[in-house]
Amino acid sequence: MDRAPSGTASREATLADDRHPRKPGTVGLYLRLIGVSVRGQMQYRGTFLVMSFGQLLTHSLEPFAIWALFDRFGSLAVWTLPQVALLYGTVSVAFAFTDALARGFDLFGDQFIKTGNFDRILLRPRPLVPQVAGHEFTLFRVGRLLPGLVVLVWALWSLDIDWNAARVLLLALSLAGTFLFFYGLIILQATLAFWTTETLHIFNLLTYGGVETAQYPLAIYARDFRRFFTFVVPLGCVTYFPLVGVMGVADPLGSTAWMQFAAPLAGFAFFGASLLAWRTGVRHYTSTGS
Amino acid sequence: MLRPYLAVLGARYREVLQYRSAAVANSVVQLFWGGIRLMVLAAFFASASTEPPMAFAAVVAYIWLGQAFFGLLPYSLDPDIQRKFLEGNVAWELLRPVNLYAFWYARTFAHRVADTTIRMLPLLFVALWVLPWVGLDAWALKPPPSLASGIAFAVALFGMAALATAVTMLFQTTLFWLVSGRGLQACMYGLISLLSGLAVPLPLLPAWLQPALYWQPFRGLGDTPFRIYSGDIAASAAPVEIALQFGWTAVFVGIGYAVLSRGRGRLVIQGG
Repeated sequence: MDRAPSGTASREATLADDRHPRKPGTVGLYLRLIGVSVRGQMQYRGTFLVMSFGQLLTHSLEPFAIWALFDRFGSLAVWTLPQVALLYGTVSVAFAFTDALARGFDLFGDQFIKTGNFDRILLRPRPLVPQVAGHEFTLFRVGRLLPGLVVLVWALWSLDIDWNAARVLLLALSLAGTFLFFYGLIILQATLAFWTTETLHIFNLLTYGGVETAQYPLAIYARDFRRFFTFVVPLGCVTYFPLVGVMGVADPLGSTAWMQFAAPLAGFAFFGASLLAWRTGVRHYTSTGS
Repeated sequence: MLRPYLAVLGARYREVLQYRSAAVANSVVQLFWGGIRLMVLAAFFASASTEPPMAFAAVVAYIWLGQAFFGLLPYSLDPDIQRKFLEGNVAWELLRPVNLYAFWYARTFAHRVADTTIRMLPLLFVALWVLPWVGLDAWALKPPPSLASGIAFAVALFGMAALATAVTMLFQTTLFWLVSGRGLQACMYGLISLLSGLAVPLPLLPAWLQPALYWQPFRGLGDTPFRIYSGDIAASAAPVEIALQFGWTAVFVGIGYAVLSRGRGRLVIQGG
């Protein structure tokens, strides 16, 4: 009997708290959503472990394939195995982060637009980007990150680089630029879903195809293909050009030192442009109903 | 007697024909991907210090056929069958007056073959005719060197679909124990890509690995038909290779059949 009143009182207290909650900011909200997603995945620990192992296996066989080709042919034009490993490692590490953190945008068309779920998100008095981005944090991408990291460390160790502050900065710019470039690409893919109502899988060309492309030096590709991935889709700007600077070799494509520094900024600009496009998309959004 | 099995094939063809634009989009992705692979391999061939074990023209055929028949590979399970396990409708399947293994085999075969037929056509059109027409003759897919090679390729391609279905069936029967096949698929993807030759043509892998690569079952999922097509495996040597491919198919069917029989005995229906 005497429990009921105290129970009611505490419930009222909670309700009062709910009426004036501490509002988390953009970053706080995002981190909280990621925490929820991680706790959710940890309920299915077996699935998480098997998925991570699958990723690990798949992405460990990729560097093996590259090694096998070098073993068979000796070299790739002027490039050596450690140099290609630097490209492979950088793009793998950066993309593993994008893949883990951009899942909400990746699924956006199918899971938010087609289903009408985006309406619910619009109704919440909170910023949209962290809500969509925090929809899912795919932890099992660690299976992609680890082999990438091993290859990257091996490359940096065997390249015998004459380290200085500029080269450290170039590597950091390349990693950050690549992460943002791919993130921007996935936001653009999500943005197009405002008009197409479905995820455009053709974008995988640029994301997964881009990862594949960036694993090898841009200089080995056909001229028009190179131009496309430099000026239209600035993938080469965030991977190849700064990393040639890190290697400290002469670029067969003739880039100069300042170009190698400026190039990865294209990744930052691309990310910013994709956010602007996203905003325009949100303004054009018409619900499909549920 | 074959009618129920042929009916599922017909139904699947009618279904995938509804998604023609998806097939075209898929072809574009495969073309792009093949282009990247070929540019990388061409650069490697250009810097070869010793004679590679395979002619570049054979590599071109290998890559394009790999892109065209990518859909046959046992990367995924039949989504309909997967759903039956999740929702418990697998109980109905057990009631049908047909052989369950044969019925699911026919379903899965139909799924793979119908999807791939629709998807390969635009890609083969571009690789065979458009590329030479725009002046990229060195990158184009050439017809097989002889009629005998062509016929042997057709048989080996059927063998590829049969083997791929048998492998998929083995994965599918594990659903009796696992419910969700996602984890298994994630593990198999990289392994099958490498061992079928889709990641790198198998003859280009290190020489010391070749004996092991020759005897493993997944070679029949790409390497065998693609090299028969280009004449890299001579038409006279093809019958032995095809026999090996069908032998492995029989092994996978046998294991899959046994696992399915065991699984039926202990099935717990999920949901209602």
